[in-house]
Amino acid sequence: MLRRRLNHLFGGDEKRVDSRTIYVGHRQCPGTEAFIAPKFCDNRIVSSKYTVWNFLPKNLFEQFRRIANFYFLIIFLVQVIVDTPTSPVTSGLPLFFVITVTAIKQGYEDWLRHKADKEVNKYLVTVLEDGRRIRKESERIKVGDVVEVVEDETFPCDLILLQSSRDDDTCFVTTASLDGESNHKTHYTVPDTEKDLESLTATIECEQPQPDLYKFVGRMHIYRSDQDPAVRSLGPENLLLKGATLKNTKKIYGVAVYTGMETKMALNYQGKSQKRSAVEKSINAFLLVYLCILLSKALVCTTLKYVWQSRDGQDEPWYNQKTQKEKDAYKFLKMFTDFLSFMVLFNFIIPVSMYVTVEMQKFLGSFFITWDKDFFDPEIQEGALVNTSDLNEELGQVEYVFTDKTGTLTQNNMEFIECCIDGFQYKNRDSCSELDSFCVTDGPVSKLHEKAGREKEELFLRALCLCHTVQVKEAGDMETVSEDQIDGLLPPTEQQKGFIASSPDEVALVMGAMKYGFTFLGLDSKTMKIRNRQNDVELYELLHVLNFDPVRRRMSVIVRSKAGETLLFCKGADSSIFPRVRSEEVDRIRVHVERNATEGYRTLCVAYKQLCTEEYVEVDAKLREARLALQDREEKLMAVYNQVETGMSLIGATAVEDRLQEEAAETMEALQEAGIKVWVLTGDKMETAKSTCYACRLFQRGTELLELTVRTLEDGGRKREERLHELLLEYHKKAVQDAPPAKLGVRRSWVTASQEYGFIIDGATLSLVLNSSPEASSTRYKSLFLQICQNCTAVLCCRMAPLQKAQIVKMVKNSKGSPITLSIGDGANDVSMILEAHVGIGIKGKEGRQAVRNSDYAIPKLKHLKKLLLAHGHLYYVRIAHLVQYFFYKNLCFILPQFLYQFFCGYSQQPLYDAAYLTMYNICFTSMPILAYSLLEQHIAIESLMDTASLYREVAKNATLRWGPFLYWTTLGIFHGLLFFFGVRCLFSNPALQDNGQVFGNWSYGTIVFTVLVFTVTLKLALDTRHWTWINHLVIWGSLAFYVFFSFFWGGIIWPFLQQQRLYFVFANMLSSVSAWLVIILLILLSLLPEILVLVLRKPRGPHRRQKNPGQSSVGGQQSTQASARPLLMRTFSDESNTVR
Amino acid sequence: MAASCWPASGFYREKKRNCSARTAIFDGGMMKNKEGEVANRPDNTAFTQQRLPAWQPMLSAGIVIPGFLVIGLVFIGIGVALFLGSQSIQVLESDYTGLNSNTPCYECSDASKKNCTCSIEFTLTKQFDGPVFLYYGLSNFFQNHRKYGVSRDYYQLSGDTAYFKNPSDSCSPYIYDSGVPIVPCGAAANSMFNDSFRLYQLVGGTKKPVPLDGKGISWWTDYNIVFRNPPLVNGSLAAAFNGTAKPVNWAKPAYELDTSDPSNNGFMNEDFLVWMRRAALPDFRKLYRRITQGDYAAGLPVGNYSLEISYNYPVIGFGGRKKIVLSNVSWMGGKNMFLGVAYLVIGSLCIVMSLVMLIVYAKYKFPEGDS
Repeated sequence: MLRRRLNHLFGGDEKRVDSRTIYVGHRQCPGTEAFIAPKFCDNRIVSSKYTVWNFLPKNLFEQFRRIANFYFLIIFLVQVIVDTPTSPVTSGLPLFFVITVTAIKQGYEDWLRHKADKEVNKYLVTVLEDGRRIRKESERIKVGDVVEVVEDETFPCDLILLQSSRDDDTCFVTTASLDGESNHKTHYTVPDTEKDLESLTATIECEQPQPDLYKFVGRMHIYRSDQDPAVRSLGPENLLLKGATLKNTKKIYGVAVYTGMETKMALNYQGKSQKRSAVEKSINAFLLVYLCILLSKALVCTTLKYVWQSRDGQDEPWYNQKTQKEKDAYKFLKMFTDFLSFMVLFNFIIPVSMYVTVEMQKFLGSFFITWDKDFFDPEIQEGALVNTSDLNEELGQVEYVFTDKTGTLTQNNMEFIECCIDGFQYKNRDSCSELDSFCVTDGPVSKLHEKAGREKEELFLRALCLCHTVQVKEAGDMETVSEDQIDGLLPPTEQQKGFIASSPDEVALVMGAMKYGFTFLGLDSKTMKIRNRQNDVELYELLHVLNFDPVRRRMSVIVRSKAGETLLFCKGADSSIFPRVRSEEVDRIRVHVERNATEGYRTLCVAYKQLCTEEYVEVDAKLREARLALQDREEKLMAVYNQVETGMSLIGATAVEDRLQEEAAETMEALQEAGIKVWVLTGDKMETAKSTCYACRLFQRGTELLELTVRTLEDGGRKREERLHELLLEYHKKAVQDAPPAKLGVRRSWVTASQEYGFIIDGATLSLVLNSSPEASSTRYKSLFLQICQNCTAVLCCRMAPLQKAQIVKMVKNSKGSPITLSIGDGANDVSMILEAHVGIGIKGKEGRQAVRNSDYAIPKLKHLKKLLLAHGHLYYVRIAHLVQYFFYKNLCFILPQFLYQFFCGYSQQPLYDAAYLTMYNICFTSMPILAYSLLEQHIAIESLMDTASLYREVAKNATLRWGPFLYWTTLGIFHGLLFFFGVRCLFSNPALQDNGQVFGNWSYGTIVFTVLVFTVTLKLALDTRHWTWINHLVIWGSLAFYVFFSFFWGGIIWPFLQQQRLYFVFANMLSSVSAWLVIILLILLSLLPEILVLVLRKPRGPHRRQKNPGQSSVGGQQSTQASARPLLMRTFSDESNTVR
Repeated sequence: MAASCWPASGFYREKKRNCSARTAIFDGGMMKNKEGEVANRPDNTAFTQQRLPAWQPMLSAGIVIPGFLVIGLVFIGIGVALFLGSQSIQVLESDYTGLNSNTPCYECSDASKKNCTCSIEFTLTKQFDGPVFLYYGLSNFFQNHRKYGVSRDYYQLSGDTAYFKNPSDSCSPYIYDSGVPIVPCGAAANSMFNDSFRLYQLVGGTKKPVPLDGKGISWWTDYNIVFRNPPLVNGSLAAAFNGTAKPVNWAKPAYELDTSDPSNNGFMNEDFLVWMRRAALPDFRKLYRRITQGDYAAGLPVGNYSLEISYNYPVIGFGGRKKIVLSNVSWMGGKNMFLGVAYLVIGSLCIVMSLVMLIVYAKYKFPEGDS
């Protein structure tokens, strides 16, 4: 919404100008034309939706945009306008209730937002104005103001850092509240700005506001009176974002570039696109059916009314003459109002309370996820997070799981395993004692010495120490590190504490180097300090960092040593390094790299090159030029990087183990058993990913792997397209055509001996499949590919770009049968697929919080996925499905007798039930039990759901909300409705039902039907309840008691506000009649008899639905027994019922 | 509702949460921050962990088969009692609409005839046990029509004289009779049943009147609470009705409904109350009199009887029928075979089912310890 408004406001401007110019401190610059104060928005944050004035109309408008509310409004209006059988109160009251509750809730939320806004907007900040420091409210900051921020304050707007109190012109910042990354990030001042900000005259040219937190391109022109303006490039490292907090720095000065709603934080603020669950679609479909039923009921009644009236003497008998107005009314108008009246009479078939109940269920139900202590991870001190409660039930419907590998399947907790220097292998995976020996010994380690030459060795270790972007943690931590050094004891966790890096690989490598005697001591104003084996401190001047990016898949640093040598160290994936080094060096190392990769390690190759002075000067100039570019800076930088990183010589390779997540294999196995297909989408290389898949038991030993990678495509030496075509057809034949028909059972060949297939594809091939030549073959490839994938137990897609991940998810999502997809990932590169899938799960991992922020649910560990899907998802689905079906059922059998009554009252829209009953039925008498059921039901105990994953298949494909079950419930509702009405009708063939010979009237009739109805629908739910907690008992018996109490109360008093005391003592009189009692009991029993029979005779639905031995379950107090699903007759007499303590 | 809005406030709140998370991360994943642990860890209560102690009903054979058997037996027991009770009820029913020329009231069925009386003769060959109730029945009369049902003024009927002047609009079109407000207004009152019956036993050629008791035929609450006469004016009910008109179809005003008993007049007339309680179905019967007094308190003895009907109420115009019913009642009310039969059928069904289940169970019983 916000974005829309923004686009509306600024869209025009954005199109015209793609950059903005900011005058630092509002000082006019010499070289420029007349100073036109540019107009930017103020620094006020408006996150609230409403104001006091527009709250009512706006909120009402938004609420009535929902189709259900609108429908009830229409019904209400019809009741007000037309002379209808029920008073407008009957539908107006519930509607008013719902609207009011929603409005209060939204109003409260908005009030909180107002408060938060105010807090932010009224916050006092210090602004430099004409040499004075002025305190003013944050909302009054204008673009161009120079703002002072002190330590631990948050930045009031997006600032360009001009001056820092630190000597090295840097400042530290955490962006925890923006993206959750809690590490300190270093930001740099604009180089060469004057110390005296008063005399600084500069303009900043930067792009228009855009939401990407990590992108910023700008340029600063600094004017000095005597010189040409100096130009400095500005990047994200100069930009301090609103919402981030200043750390470890006393104070900074910055100039505001984006303010208020144009800050990156505000732009990132938009609501996520709404995901709708399949259940909601089912509800809408059922709603449509019921709407049709409603319309046809009204239509039937209207038609019959006029048919019936056309007979002699029926239209206007002498005892019931029409008023003059009625006689004069236009016939078609009369028919129309009659139709509307019938609509109103039957409108309770679509209950307003269902929506409220469904939403309450979702909202309250989602708390069970947050509350679950099994999801609590002691390491990060957090449990699960629910970002949307709309998708709870979707968790029980997942058919495809797309998982990221790094950080999701694996821990992203890197451990340096071994390295290979110049073709010699150095293994270091030993106990602590040996580790000590590495660390403590001052002299060279003899073991190392034997293999490669010392020169090479040290060069390699220096490379590891220098080629990274790791920071050493500030302050006290340095001391601990050095103390530990002296002690000679470095427990791994203590070591880890010292380093902060964006990628854990880097820390692992630095730690690895440390084990071999080279310690990185930190970066101090462009100087890197390392301690070598001789315990000497070596200093290197850091000249350039050629950052890592996923396309290049490598990074480099250029440093100058004390001796004046300029060195370039580069580390990266083998595929990106090998082509850039001499091939004879490659051969020695390739063996190691490939072996390590198949063992599941992450390998990196390290290369270096010496730059002579001329070379460096050239490189330096190119890099600076590229960095200054305002447009296409990325591309230009990339080109320079590629130019520089050539002709290197390979020193060695490293192997880092990324251990599997806890219980990753068990989780994957459970998911597969649950009938969920797991696809691994990773950017990693194939060998590593494959080994992870084996380790996770996604691929078994017997699994036949179908590979479709660049390597297999190039095997035949023919054109790739041809080969692709051929392979696709071959695999298709294997996996799809020859496979036994899958329809035989939902159970895949888990036990049976038939061949299982795993499919491997890489990014390049995938794009070939998806975007192959424009001919028709593309769609054919796609469908072939999909069919193969769907017949494979596991699919591995490696070398994926983030966007390709989303592409795959989208392709599966839109395939035949539109299966429900779930994406799980932890990093920023998984965000696209998390957003794309039906359900997005974020892992609160080490790669920041972006995935968590964009997910629907966030869990600390992969292993929690099992419980989330198998237990929570399954239960939520069953609960809500039952809720929906039950709601439609109970309203069908509520309204059907009223419909049937029309046939006996001359189609006069006479309500069968009293208005109070009509109103209260859905609100009070029958709402609480189903709500309690839908929150607490465990038709199968959580333990059994977790133990027997295949139970998940029972609810697959929206099993209990398909047309079959819907038809069953509808039939049941019709059966009950017919029974209630005609049962009482037979009784009333002689209305003398009391032993004093007095007769009962129409309200007694309605009350008997209603009593039977309330008891039957409540007891029907009681029959369905498999898990009776005290709450269930309370609400089920409580609402029945409440009904009886209410009926006495309602009929026991002459209500002064009522026009007619028609229910006065009707209920009490009914209870004084034995016949009424007997018919109520008879009808309740008769309605529930088929239900009991079904329950008793139901066949077991799956071989796994075994009953636990009841004797064991009473132990432990927490265990609960699983209600048996075996048919009654298969059970013994002894295991009747058991109470679980 | 829950998650659809844009929870900006959550953003600020999230900050706090992240702060505590940050300390945790900064400690390198070490569990040092005990306070944070307490704050973040979910409550370990039975409710939040969905581990509330629960009872799991299991409909096992051991419960269901005996259960069905017991229910079946009980139902059959009740059914037999109901059936016998209903059988024992004597009913004498006679349609006196007079459509056919050979029926006694044929002549009266002509609407133009005023103050017509006819009589039905019948013979009891068996003692008709008392107390005997006299019902009149109407068919195809839609007392449950919505417009008819609302066509009354409760405040009038509860004796509020303010509404005597301005009756409720719902009474339309029976509000005013040539400008004078009708009391009691509305279609329901206007169409009050006005046939009257007298029962005679023919003893040796003379007509011995059987006393008919008009008391206690209406609901106690209707008579004592809901319906109230207006406060008497100068001790006269007629004066209280001053300035009002009688319903157009009525022969006499409300305060003269029962000339024999002055207390049975106005809105407290029991015949009126019986009529005003709307019937549920278009074919209905209403209690007219009880025979509880004199020689007939124990019932109608064997003999010949004559029922004299003063025929006033027109029903042929709308295709209706009128009937008169003599019946006694049992503990379950009037004669109705439905309940007894239904109970017998359901009871036997339960027993049959329990037998079938027993057979199935005996045949397919799984060995013990199958788990």
